[in-house]
Amino acid sequence: MLTFTIRRLLTAVPTLLFISLVIFLLLELAPGDPMAQVPLTVPPEVKQRMREALGLGEPVPVRFYKWLVQMFWIEPKVFIDWMTRDSWLLGWLPDTALYSGEQRVISWQTRSPVMDIIVQRLPQTLWVVGMAYVIGVLIALPIGIISAYRQYSVFDQVGTFVSMIGFSIPPFFSGVVVIVIFSVQLGWFPSIYDTTHRVVDWETFKVQISQMVMPVMVLALQTTAQISRFMRASMLDNLGQDYVRTARAKGMRERTVVLIHVLRNSMIPVVTVIALGVPSIFGGAIITEQIFKVNGIGQLFITALKANDLPMVLTVAFIFAFLIVLFNLIADVLYGVLDPRIRYD
Amino acid sequence: MTDQTATADPAPVKAAKERGQWADVWAQFRTHKGALIGSGVFLTIVATVLFGPYIWTVDPGYQDFRSRNMRHILACFSLPWGEIASCFTSPDTAAVNVTWVHPLGTDNIGRDTLARLLFGGRISMAVGLTAMAIALLLGTLIGILSGYFRRIDGPLMRLTDLFLALPLLPLLLVMVLLFRERLSSAFGPEGGIFILIVCGIGITSWMPTARIVRGDVLALKEREFVLAARSIGTRPARMILRHVLPNVMSPIMVSATLGIATAIITESALSFLGLGFPPDFPTWGRLLNDGVQYMQQYPERVVWPGALISVVVLSVNYIGDGLRDALDPRIRGL
Amino acid sequence: MKLRTALFGAAASIAATGAWADAHEGERGRDGQLNIIYWQAPSTLNPFLSGGTKEVESASLIIEPLVRFNPQGEMVAWLAEDIPTVENGGVAEDLTSITWTLKEGVQWSDGTPLTSEDVIFTWEYCTHPEGGCAQSSYFDGVSDVVAVDDRTIRVEFSSPKPFPYTAFVGSESPIIQKAQFQECLGARAPECTDANFGPIGTGPFVVTDFRPNDVVTYEANPNFREEGKPAFASVNFKGGGDALAAARSVLETGEFDYAWNLQLAPEVLDQLAAAGNGQVVTAFATSVERLHLNQTDPDASLGEGRATMDHPHPFLTDPRVGQALSMAIDRQLIVDVGYGAAGQVTCNVLPAPEAYASTANDACKTQDMEGAKALLEEAGWTDEDGDGVREKDGERLSVLYQTSTNAVRQDTQAIIKQLWEELGVEVELRNIDASVFFGGDPGSPDTFQKFFADIEMYTNNFAGVDPEAYMANWRCSEIPSPETQWQGSNIQRFCSEEYDALVTQMSETAGLEERAELAKQMNDMIMQSYSIIPLVHRGNPSAHANSLGGIEMNDWDAEIWNIKDWYRQDG
Repeated sequence: MLTFTIRRLLTAVPTLLFISLVIFLLLELAPGDPMAQVPLTVPPEVKQRMREALGLGEPVPVRFYKWLVQMFWIEPKVFIDWMTRDSWLLGWLPDTALYSGEQRVISWQTRSPVMDIIVQRLPQTLWVVGMAYVIGVLIALPIGIISAYRQYSVFDQVGTFVSMIGFSIPPFFSGVVVIVIFSVQLGWFPSIYDTTHRVVDWETFKVQISQMVMPVMVLALQTTAQISRFMRASMLDNLGQDYVRTARAKGMRERTVVLIHVLRNSMIPVVTVIALGVPSIFGGAIITEQIFKVNGIGQLFITALKANDLPMVLTVAFIFAFLIVLFNLIADVLYGVLDPRIRYD
Repeated sequence: MTDQTATADPAPVKAAKERGQWADVWAQFRTHKGALIGSGVFLTIVATVLFGPYIWTVDPGYQDFRSRNMRHILACFSLPWGEIASCFTSPDTAAVNVTWVHPLGTDNIGRDTLARLLFGGRISMAVGLTAMAIALLLGTLIGILSGYFRRIDGPLMRLTDLFLALPLLPLLLVMVLLFRERLSSAFGPEGGIFILIVCGIGITSWMPTARIVRGDVLALKEREFVLAARSIGTRPARMILRHVLPNVMSPIMVSATLGIATAIITESALSFLGLGFPPDFPTWGRLLNDGVQYMQQYPERVVWPGALISVVVLSVNYIGDGLRDALDPRIRGL
Repeated sequence: MKLRTALFGAAASIAATGAWADAHEGERGRDGQLNIIYWQAPSTLNPFLSGGTKEVESASLIIEPLVRFNPQGEMVAWLAEDIPTVENGGVAEDLTSITWTLKEGVQWSDGTPLTSEDVIFTWEYCTHPEGGCAQSSYFDGVSDVVAVDDRTIRVEFSSPKPFPYTAFVGSESPIIQKAQFQECLGARAPECTDANFGPIGTGPFVVTDFRPNDVVTYEANPNFREEGKPAFASVNFKGGGDALAAARSVLETGEFDYAWNLQLAPEVLDQLAAAGNGQVVTAFATSVERLHLNQTDPDASLGEGRATMDHPHPFLTDPRVGQALSMAIDRQLIVDVGYGAAGQVTCNVLPAPEAYASTANDACKTQDMEGAKALLEEAGWTDEDGDGVREKDGERLSVLYQTSTNAVRQDTQAIIKQLWEELGVEVELRNIDASVFFGGDPGSPDTFQKFFADIEMYTNNFAGVDPEAYMANWRCSEIPSPETQWQGSNIQRFCSEEYDALVTQMSETAGLEERAELAKQMNDMIMQSYSIIPLVHRGNPSAHANSLGGIEMNDWDAEIWNIKDWYRQDG
């Protein structure tokens, strides 16, 4: 398993380079213009000069090479400098001062470093989307297990009904419904998320929770619906297996049979689904973020796409790709842990 | 019960048993109440959207400018007791804005909601089912190949990673750019867009299915019955069809159910971005999308399409449940 | 001072009842926090680098021009002491220079004085060849900017400039501080993130925190030149979401005080306003939603020659067809469905200022379907085969009608399609994502400049109050073509020597009345060619809480142009 992991990590490097090349070419090929949002009152010649100021005049391979250098050579330097200067982890080390003013990855919309904006967006994304995912998974697993164990019971039927409706109602609808109910009618929660809010004491913590409730609720509903269905289906498959009967026949406690043996063997598809979902935490939730004005990475990505802000889109998409490759690798390793018969070598 | 492991056995009596197997599946499927009701509802919806427009012949694109923003006829029940009956008999004089000409009401430019729901249903159902089928086929195929044949596992899974990482919007924009003209000259503007949308959704949503199926196959192929089948020289194609595929049916069924909902919603997101059908083409997702801003005044504009999407997804889910049970040899044998 | 009385008068009419006096008097920052929501968030606070409305508006709280426009489109001296004219000697007799004098004692928010050097630097910054300044067209024709003394600046033009109020006028041409930006010229502009995200200004507020595309926090400028202003101590300028959510947060939940650009269905906006927390205000400038009728043939089979002047359009070049299409449209219905109070029926592509608006075309305000049909019959378009579509010489009257994706535009498309089908015209609709449609990507077939369709619809306007540059859009030389990489502003490819002559004449005419006459003449010429069919004169709807006073909605400048005068009142 170790050699497998090492080999996969090594192949990940060319894979990621290839993926970033494909994304870059895709964005190049896609129609669009960073000047699309500039008002029509700005004359075409001025727009042309603005494009040149963004570096759009240079040939495609040069621009890709520049991005590679900025992303894999200059940005790490900035990061190491930050680690040794401001972070609590390595701040005691002498300042490395590797970065000396070279051009970083610059966003076309804001003309500022892309990485700084991503770092600025991370807190709200992790708080809201990450929390929703954790809650969604924590609710989904027991629902799936109980639904399968008591198949066709009232609990199962209600669970099926709610999760299917939850999944088939898109967030652009459910989000507005909860805002109308909880913000407009009841006035319990704010409809607009304040990204500048700082949690310093109990009171501010309560404010933070109240502004997170609605987006987390909407997002967690989707996650719960999806994962509980896979959990249920997989448990059902395993509950009928011979080894379950053998285990029961040996006089094992029902609890042990279900929660240790069956659950462990049913986890493979669920682990896959969870691992597929984790990178999308970073990717944010485009529609839900928009509805609740959370302005996390999802909103950053969609505004960058609409503004054809190529460096921003490419960088976010690359980080996303990195997480996908990483978590799919983790899932593959977990398969081996869950079912030692699975071998890759 | 023990004799049920016979399915894991390369059944020696083939031809005769094969037909019997499907009869068995049907017999088991029939006993599943949820599946029967689900199929009934599903077929009713299909029949309604297929034949409905021939019965309710109002043109879904026609704008009756004088009756804009009509409520649905059931809005009569919001009136005081005494006025309800007269509202139904002579809606023109009622205190709510209703008419029998448009029983489900009209939208803000006077298009008949019932006609739009019927017509939109055709497109949404067609897009949902076809796109789901494409995604499922691709996903299952790649998942099984990748899980079963170790040599192509690496390349296929890296391909999956690539597709997972591609941003959807630019991908679709590029597809539109490259293929719209060619497809619409070959299949007409609507046919061309249908193919484009269905393929677009299909090839951008097969990856989770592929990963899930592969994970299951990886575990499955180390099971005793597979090893046994292999040791007696079963060929890979037969192994996959007879032993592997039936055992990964349940995650595929779940993917199918979730896939329909995703496809219908994605279609509406696409037309919202101008990548979908022409703007005067109603679909359920689009009706829902357009209705959201009127939710407080005209709740029916979101309730009808939202409920229809949910009912379709629910019924497919129950059909999937029934099929899964019916295809599961252990349950069928009981 | 004329400006002050004007403002007080308007403010009083809004405040109507209640504490008139104490609302205006008091110390700076007495009214606490002001919450503004712009559902499209600013991506930078340097309007020279972006050019988008959201950036210009959010920066207008900080940096200011010499002159602003008031809601009537009149100039109001802002950082300048007064408005230079030929009469008061501020503009040279030969129209080749204009001399501005700065108000006395204006300070930057860091306490240093505003001088001529800053004004000259602004010109250098924006005209730097490598800078890609979005507002550089404001400096077109400026040959030099020189300091007469510390407070006096002379702007010199390379040729006589009949309307010299472009450079440093209006929210899109503000003045930046030399000390802060002098290291940021040209290609070095993106290195100055701190300056771009937090410009030092002379305006009522200073930035305390800027998060691109998310939120801006301001606080009152301690060195602001007017005593007791602004009334608010801080501003929270939030972005994100959509127009409906923004409207709801002001009108229904009351979480915010002011929301921008609420283009929503009229019934939705009315229903939100009925909650009673706030009101919708609309201002009109020059935006017109219009149809452009392609004068060239967009047929795909023409290959390279598609939509170029070599291939005239088979039927849209006939003004009678265009006129019939225009007569068949019920503009009032379009306003009622999509715009409500934020739109007015118009028959001109140049609808304002009032002095420039022609009345010669007003017949189009009422629909005339029968007249339109008769006109087509007369032009030889008849439905011979009875399929509902008129034809002539084997050519079917069939059009592809495209626009950008937007709920109101799609409703308008549907309405017009039905009306034209009644007229006997076959219509295919197409909508295109705005970022593609308005983008100038020469690789995409769907841009509005390429115009690979028969008819397209969008809104255009002009900045400021002078239509000279706007009317010059429709010169023959502005026609987009493959040779110009499809750049050019004459989208419908209208070409007339007579028109070009009028454009030249206007650029040489100084008298305001003669200029207005010329503009009307040009407007009528385009209208009568029926290459543009105007539909709706669009206003800009915003909403504010009842507790907010002093708002003077303005579409000629930044709409929050007078935020320094805003105050809190009893809602």
